[in-house]
Amino acid sequence: MIEFKLPALGSDMDEGTLLEWKVGVGDTVRKGQVVAIVDTSKAAVDIESWQEGTVHSLIAEPGQKMPVGTVMATLLEAGEAAPARVGAGDTAPAPAPAPAAAAAPAPRRMISPAARKHAEEKGIDLDRVTGSGPHGAVTLDDVERAVAGAPVTPVAAELPAAALEQGKPIDRTADMRRTIAAAMSRSKREIPHYYVAEDIPLAKALAWLQAANAARPMPERLLPAALLLKGVAMALQRYPELNGYWRDGEFQAAQAIHLGVAISLRQGGLIAPALLDAGSKTLTQLMQELTDLVKRTRAASLRSSEMSQATVTVTNLGDQGAQAVFGVITPPQVALVGFGRVAERPWAENGGLKVLPVVTASLAADHRVSDGHRGALFLRELNDLLQRPEELEK
Amino acid sequence: MTDAEIRAVALATLLSIAPEVEADELRGDRPLRSQVDLDSMDWLNFLLGLHEKLKVDIPEADYARLVTLDDVVAYLQSKLAAQ
Repeated sequence: MIEFKLPALGSDMDEGTLLEWKVGVGDTVRKGQVVAIVDTSKAAVDIESWQEGTVHSLIAEPGQKMPVGTVMATLLEAGEAAPARVGAGDTAPAPAPAPAAAAAPAPRRMISPAARKHAEEKGIDLDRVTGSGPHGAVTLDDVERAVAGAPVTPVAAELPAAALEQGKPIDRTADMRRTIAAAMSRSKREIPHYYVAEDIPLAKALAWLQAANAARPMPERLLPAALLLKGVAMALQRYPELNGYWRDGEFQAAQAIHLGVAISLRQGGLIAPALLDAGSKTLTQLMQELTDLVKRTRAASLRSSEMSQATVTVTNLGDQGAQAVFGVITPPQVALVGFGRVAERPWAENGGLKVLPVVTASLAADHRVSDGHRGALFLRELNDLLQRPEELEK
Repeated sequence: MTDAEIRAVALATLLSIAPEVEADELRGDRPLRSQVDLDSMDWLNFLLGLHEKLKVDIPEADYARLVTLDDVVAYLQSKLAAQ
């Protein structure tokens, strides 16, 4: 019998609320299959199973809030017989999925950021707006209908009792603020940060990118961000002391390089889901995955593996950002790479002066694990790699 | 297509990326990205949306011409006329 437990979805999560089961008793579960949707303080996350089996029982109920590690369900391994039934009340492993479990409605109100903002501006009480989106989510259209004075149904009647017991809907913005506050306070309390920075000329990289993009159809166009991420992943291969976790008083190097990418949300706050195994992916793959990750992060549709597995974080302020950023490390990770805005700057070289696009790359790293000298060498390696963009493609 | 129709398509595309935008408050003659918080991926998605809806190809080299919403409308109009 396999116990399916609520996984930790990042260091800043210690509990979650089950929104919905995606499987029923008797269903076969594959590795990597999404079996449940769990709400964290930051986002609703698709929880994947890392084992194969047949669902024997669903223990957690939609609407239930539980700490990380709680047994949510049990699975039977292939060939394993269901335990003998003890009594009539026991959960029978029915061959057909239990429709009631699969169809259980989300007990908490999902409200799109646009809808929330619009409602605030127009003074609409969201408790009185009926959601027409998936799982009863309140959409911008719903709020607009409410603004227009269309009949609004008190939503209480439609919510299951579990939701009413939960009390008021969760205020996502305030929750996210609290979560960020907790993780960043812990980071600054526990991690002795050091910082190094390097200005990296990008003339070659951007010229290469422009030529590559001219030959690509629009949907396959690459952004400089993809090049920077690939560069970081490749540089990290040579500096393993920046990739991994500080746990139980010691550093544990990670085997793969899962780049946590800080993605800001339009309604405020940020999430840093992971681009898995970034070092082994082509630039085109990385760009596709980045696009997909940003889209899903903003649509609040992330997978548990992406939320829990980042081994290092990259924050890229983009072309609307500041010149440089010195980040706060996400515990238990030990490093954060930051990129400021790419901008034209005067550049002295070989006794001459020219104007080049330049980005300031920074590294915030855990001094318990590495020293500034190695950190500086890492940035030098990153600089070197970005001068050979054609090698970053593969 | 008239300019007004193109503008409507551009606004709808923009709203799908930045739902917080108030179309009425957007000044067509001011830089778009100083009025709307669009990062480079949002910008790419905006152009990609226009590409899909209007079947217009927008080379990277032309990005510099697309500063205001009025610029975008005029640019798309010229591309559509040339087809």
